[in-house]
Formats: sequence, structure tokens, C-alpha cells
Amino acid sequence: MDGSRRDFLRLSLLGGGAMLLGIALPAAQAQTAAPPAPPPDPNLYVRIDPDNRITITTPRSEMGQGVRTSLAMLVAEELEADWRQVQVATLGLDARAGDQGTGGSNSVAGLYEPLRRIGASLRELLIAAAAARWQVPAGECAARDSVVTHARSQRSARYADLIEAAAKLTPNPAPALKPRAQWRLLGKPQTGKDCADIVHGRAGYGLDVRRPGQLYAQIERPRRFGARVASFDAQAALAVPGVKQVFALEPGPGNIAGGVAVVATSTWAAAQGRAKLAVQWNEQDAGSDDSAALAKAALTALDAEPAEAVNKVGDPDAVLAAAARVIRADYQLPFLAHATLEPQNATAQWSGDHLTVWAPTQFPGLAARGIAKALDIKPEQITLHITLLGGGFGRRINGDYAVEAALVARQAGAPVQVMWTREDDLRHDFYRPLAAHRFEACLDADGWPQALRHRQAGTPIGATYDRTGQRTFGAEEIEGAGNGFYRAPNRSSGYTALAARVPRGWWRAVHTTHASFAMECFIDELAAAAGKDALAYRLALIDTIPVPAPGQDSDYAFNPARMRACLRRAAELAGWGKPLPKGQALGLACAIDHRSYAALVLQVSLQERELRIHRATCVADCGLVINPDGARAQIEGGIVQGLSAALGEAVTLKDGAVVEGNFHQYRLLRLAQAPLHIDVQFIESDAVKLTGLGEPALPLAAPALANALHALTGKRLRELPLRWS
Amino acid sequence: MTEFILNGNPAKLDAPAEMPLLWALRDVANLTGTKFGCGLAQCGACTVHVDGNPTRACITPLGSVAGKRVTTIEGLGAGSAEHAVQRAWQELNVPQCGYCQAGQLMSAAALLARNPAPADADIDAAMAGNLCRCGTYVRIRAAIHRAAQLARETAAGG
Ligand code: FES
Ligand code: FES
Repeated sequence: MDGSRRDFLRLSLLGGGAMLLGIALPAAQAQTAAPPAPPPDPNLYVRIDPDNRITITTPRSEMGQGVRTSLAMLVAEELEADWRQVQVATLGLDARAGDQGTGGSNSVAGLYEPLRRIGASLRELLIAAAAARWQVPAGECAARDSVVTHARSQRSARYADLIEAAAKLTPNPAPALKPRAQWRLLGKPQTGKDCADIVHGRAGYGLDVRRPGQLYAQIERPRRFGARVASFDAQAALAVPGVKQVFALEPGPGNIAGGVAVVATSTWAAAQGRAKLAVQWNEQDAGSDDSAALAKAALTALDAEPAEAVNKVGDPDAVLAAAARVIRADYQLPFLAHATLEPQNATAQWSGDHLTVWAPTQFPGLAARGIAKALDIKPEQITLHITLLGGGFGRRINGDYAVEAALVARQAGAPVQVMWTREDDLRHDFYRPLAAHRFEACLDADGWPQALRHRQAGTPIGATYDRTGQRTFGAEEIEGAGNGFYRAPNRSSGYTALAARVPRGWWRAVHTTHASFAMECFIDELAAAAGKDALAYRLALIDTIPVPAPGQDSDYAFNPARMRACLRRAAELAGWGKPLPKGQALGLACAIDHRSYAALVLQVSLQERELRIHRATCVADCGLVINPDGARAQIEGGIVQGLSAALGEAVTLKDGAVVEGNFHQYRLLRLAQAPLHIDVQFIESDAVKLTGLGEPALPLAAPALANALHALTGKRLRELPLRWS
Repeated sequence: MTEFILNGNPAKLDAPAEMPLLWALRDVANLTGTKFGCGLAQCGACTVHVDGNPTRACITPLGSVAGKRVTTIEGLGAGSAEHAVQRAWQELNVPQCGYCQAGQLMSAAALLARNPAPADADIDAAMAGNLCRCGTYVRIRAAIHRAAQLARETAAGG
């Protein structure tokens, strides 16, 4: 593919009269070497078949956040496509599409303008083609439901019958977009385009890939991070019926752990063979991380001056030293696993020197770079198809499973699916870092913070990917705590990085999953110390952020009014300050995450120490909402996943290895523990830039719950997962 | 060789009797709708019906279903009419990633077969073995109530 193409629209005839429309949007700005720029505008394909069915191919991975629906809606709205006849597909790795990474709640936000422009310019072409055919002014023609009509002469033509003529016209790179008042699809709830396939078991995930002659592989990876294969019993494994090959893999590019691969005719045969391997490990370079020791080290580090001073306003140290009373609290959070319900996997097939990979991946470009490096091949030798993802949450940003599949398939000389068991998946994740936060504050005579000092210690994500030791990670790691939006004339934040071998990664909402817990619990503690209502206290203190907020450029400056509006509305809907049924209490939290604003109120009770969450009320502001039903689902899912982490999840490291192997040890929230009701409302405005919704609700669940439990019991819980009794 | 009734049709699967039904379905019969999530009866993703009972296929040896009726998600509501749970799931747009949903639907369908009007506590108990990492629980609960209602309407109408 010619990556430098600047043509905007390109049409080509396919067999059977179908038309394929290739659209290459000019890159928003020249690519710079480092740091990686946000994804440039993508390519996208619209295919119109002779039966007038339209297939919209979306350049982002579907992992449950609904992008195949919401991105297709953006195109279909402007295209005036018949939504019922629209099918969706996922674009495989395509050099013209820029970095196709899916993450950071950025898919709809980043593609909102470009995808609508694509739909609009195609609509203009189709109308122009019809107008020319009928020799009438284009302005007299209208498009609707994949048909162009000319009312005055009562003529109409289906898109499929116009596209050949349209292909000869010059597209308009700056078409007029429909005003919001004329939207038919956007802003109206739409059922997911994959929903029908899912409920009939037809949706295709990574593990559902089936190639002729496909073999199935499992890999016995080292229990201790950094260990290497010393020896193994290939004969015993090969003696298992169905086992074809057994060989060692080195750890290497793409962050693969290495181990011993067993290739067989079925998943089960591979598992049986694997059980016979008796691998001996060389543990010379293995890590010896211990999560309890790391948690302790993090707490101890909070007593010292932070290794990295991240920000400072005024002189908090002096003010605190002179204060009559200092309020201080430490918050502790463990490592977390992503635990996507579909474990990691990929399928690879070689033909000659060309490799085809099918992978449930969020970042196909990263996976391909890892493959190219590990196998010493060129990017153009790789075709990468993206299947549906059985959950992502940031785990599938790393492409280690795809690299493994490519290596195993090359050695096996056949198409191979590499499947991870649940134990593999929980023990070889890229974990949400362990973190400890300390807040110290003193209040003035009216109860408002005079000084707010934040210290944080933990195992930074960035150190997993940059081992030069040259970089500091504090500025990103303190996001949400060290740059909180509560007013304090004297404030500072500092970070101390702890060394650890365990791989770390981006876990849905990332830093705010621990930072917002600390910040939102502490502000509750300050309100209590000041003798003020937790809602009123927050509303009075929410202010512009006087220190740099990571990921916030001038287009997205923090707007305190939006934060206050979410908080006020959520509190009102939840009946804040009104009498509650006996034995119930409310807790609240609010935050900005990935540029979107959200506030959450939980209504809880404890019966026989058994927690019941009666209601969750969330109000979010992401500018405009494209698919209200999908957006609501993201909020619901974020709250439930946040509660899951608050109540049950923790990864334990002992002697450099993860202890938890399956769901009886790594405890995810179950249906009975979920809130009975979740109410979601959005505050919408087209006066601000649209932002994402995949993550912002999640970080609020733990602090809202801890605050509710405090209201109920008078006890402050400062460590996750929460333990009472 | 194990013979049984698979989604209403006689089937013969040439696989060891000890092979878990899950892998026999997915790798031998090529029915990939039934999912793997844990292999230990901890997540419910692999739930199928064996003679109408919700069963975790990952711990069920193929040989144990000889002569029995096995229904997978592909066979639920196959033919002309969708099952009430499938209709309710679509009406309420339940799935997110969707990976757990085959198991959720099979557990829910089995619940409604025994209890046409389940209360919240019945749902809590029947669905306790089905994990959803995406957090669709609130909609699952609502969709089971809705499916119960749809099934009653269909019964009344027909
Ligand atoms: S795969 Fe059978 S219960 Fe999880
Ligand atoms: S919908 Fe993703 S695990 Fe349930």
C-alpha cells in the first residue's frame, strides 16, 4: 500500500457489480518521531452491494464498547444510509489507516468529524450522480434510506445504481455536515450491530477462528517472571495422542515470556501433552517480587521525600509544619489483572514467506511490530485480521499472544491457534500497578484546605516499556490525585517509583483507578473534619487545576462548571440529603477521566455484614452522546467493573510469580453483588468537544462505595479490596 | 466415538470419551458458540443443556453425554422462532463484548424452563455461576424478567 496517498475518495468496481469506496483522509499532521502522536485520521471503506446493502468497515477494534455500532452510525447518518441494511466489519491492519490503536476512550471522539465527513461526501457524490442522470439541479434532490429522490419529477434511484456514475465525479473534501437537529440516528439509542450474532452464538472471537488443517497449541510459560526453559520432557508430551510437536520458545520482542509450546490436533490434546512436559526452569535471572513486601515498601516510601517532585504551588511543607492539626490518610491498592473473559489467543498461518494472523487485539500495529522484530520479517509480509475481542480493558494493547502464534505457526508449518488457559492469562498479564497514596492537609478556620500534600509510591507502568532508567513516570502516574481539582492555595505532589519485575500495563481508566480512590475518599475525610456536607464541600472546592493535567491540552481545559453540574445532578437524582430507608446510606464520588466528567452516588446497606447496592446513580458529561444506549452500557459496565475491583480483586505475587490461577482465587463480581438498579443520565452540549465514555465511570465506584460504607458504619476503609467485619 | 443428540440431530463425535464436551463441541464438531473462560466450572461461559439441565461443558466428559440430548447456543431457538431470552436480550441490548452471553443465555433459558416467573433472588441463585467481565449484570437481570413476560405473552397468544 502507498502510505503517502493523498486522494480523498477512491472507488473501484468489484466482481458482481459491488462498489468499494476507499477513502484516505490526509493525516491531521505530519508524524513526528517521538512521542507517538495520537492516531491520525484513518482510512475507512464503504461497500455498496448490488442489492443496496451497505457495509461500513470501522478502523477500531470492537471489545464490547460498541464501536462497530457507534462508528458506523457516524458514517451512516451523513450518508443517509438505511441503517437496517447497514452491515459492519472491522478493518484489519492497514498501513493507510495510521495507528489503529483502540484505547483511551478515544474512538468516537477522534473519529467524530472524519467519519461524518466521509459519509457526507459520499452522499454528495451520489446526489450529484442522480442529478446529472435526471438533468435536474442537485439541490432539488434528496437522499434518504440509501435512495436518492427527485420529488418534483417523482424519480428515485438506489445508491447501488448510482455508484458507478458517482465514482467518476470529484469528491468534495469539505462537505456540509447535517445540523444536529436533522440527525436521524445519532443521539438515538441503537441496538448493537453484533447483538443478533452474539445471542445466536455466531459472533466470531479470536478463539473461534478455524482454518483448514488448523492445529491447537498451548504454551507452558515460566511461573516466575524472567525464568527461562532449562529442560523438558518432549518424549512424554509427544506420547500423548494428538500431540504433533513440542519445542521451546525464547522470551523476546513483543514482551513474550517464552516457554515450551505443545502443538496438537485439539485444544484438549495440547493440554494433555503440556501436563507431561515436566519443564525445568533456569531461574538465574528470574524476579522475586513479593506483593506484600512491595506494598510495605510503598508505604515506607511515603515517609521519605518523594524521589520525583511532580508539582508544587505555594509552600505546603511550611504551612503543614505550622498547622495545629494535620489530617493525614494513606490509601493502598493492589496489582490487578484484566481477566478478559476470552483469554489471550491468536491464530497464525504461513504461506510461503507471507504470514496471516487473526488476533483479538486493540493495537494491531504494535502486534505487527512485535512480530516483525521477533521473526525478523518485514511489515509487508504480515496480514493481520482483527476478530471480535472478548473484552479488552487495555490488556490487548500488548500483542504478545500474536507474536507467539506467529512463532509457533512458523515452526509447526501449519495454521496454529495458540490458546491461553485462564491460569496462563491471570499469571502472564500486564498488571494494573500496585500503588500507595498519602494525603496530608490542614484546614483554615472555616474548614477549607490551606495546604494539600500528595505523595505516591508504586510500580509505574512506563518502566515495563522503557527500561533505560532515563525516564521518570511521576507526571503520568499521579493523574487524578496529584493534580486533583479541589482548591488548596498550597499544594504539591511527588512520586517514588519502586522497582519490580512483574509486567505492568494499562487497566481500563488506568491511573485514576487508584488515584481517584485516594482523592475522593480524602476529600470526604476533609469534609467530615470540617463538619461539612460531602456534596456541598466538593461543590465549593471544585476549581480550575493550577498544575498541569496529563492528557489535557488547551482544547480540553478542565471546566469546573461541568464537574459541578454532574455532581449536582447526580446528587439530586439520588436524593442526596433526603431521608433513606433505615439501614441505608449514600456515598458519592466525582472525577474527570479521559477528558470526560462523571459523578456517581451509591446507595448501600449492610445486612448481616452482607453488602447490598440498591442503586447506582451516575451523571456523565462527554459533550455529545452518539449512541445513548451504548453509552449507558459503558457507564453501567464501568461501575460494575469498578465495584469488582473494590470488592474482590487483587493479584498476589510470591517469589516472583502470580499466585492466583483461576476465578476461585481472582474474584470477579457476580450478578448478586451488582447494583439492583443503575440510573444513568448525560449532560449534553455541542458547545464542547466530544470526549469518550469507555472509562470515566469506573474509577468512581470504589471511592463512592468506601464513602457510603463510612456513612453507614463510621469506619474509614482505605485499602482495596475493601474488607469490613 | 460418542453418539448423542446435538441440537436436535443425531451426532457421532470421533474423540476420546474423556475429552471435555466443550472441546469436542468446539474443536471436533466445529460449534464455536460455546465458549471457554476458565475450564474449572468457575465462569459459566461454556454452559450448555444436557437433557435440559444447565451443564458446564468444560468439566463434562464427552462420554458422559452418550445417548443424551445436548443443546448449545446454536440450537437455542433455532428454526422459526427465537427463544424468549434471545428476544429479550436483543430488546434490552444486553451484550457488551458478548463473550459470556452464550453461557448467560443458556443458564437463563434453563431457569425459565423450571421457573417461568423468577423473582430477583431466583435469578441471583440461577445466574451465580456466570461471570460477565463487562458488567452487563443489571441488564441480564432485567432481560430475564422481560423474557419471562415475553414467554407468557407467546403462550397466551398461541
Ligand atoms: S469454561 Fe466452563 S465454567 Fe468456565
Ligand atoms: S459481555 Fe463481555 S464478558 Fe459479558
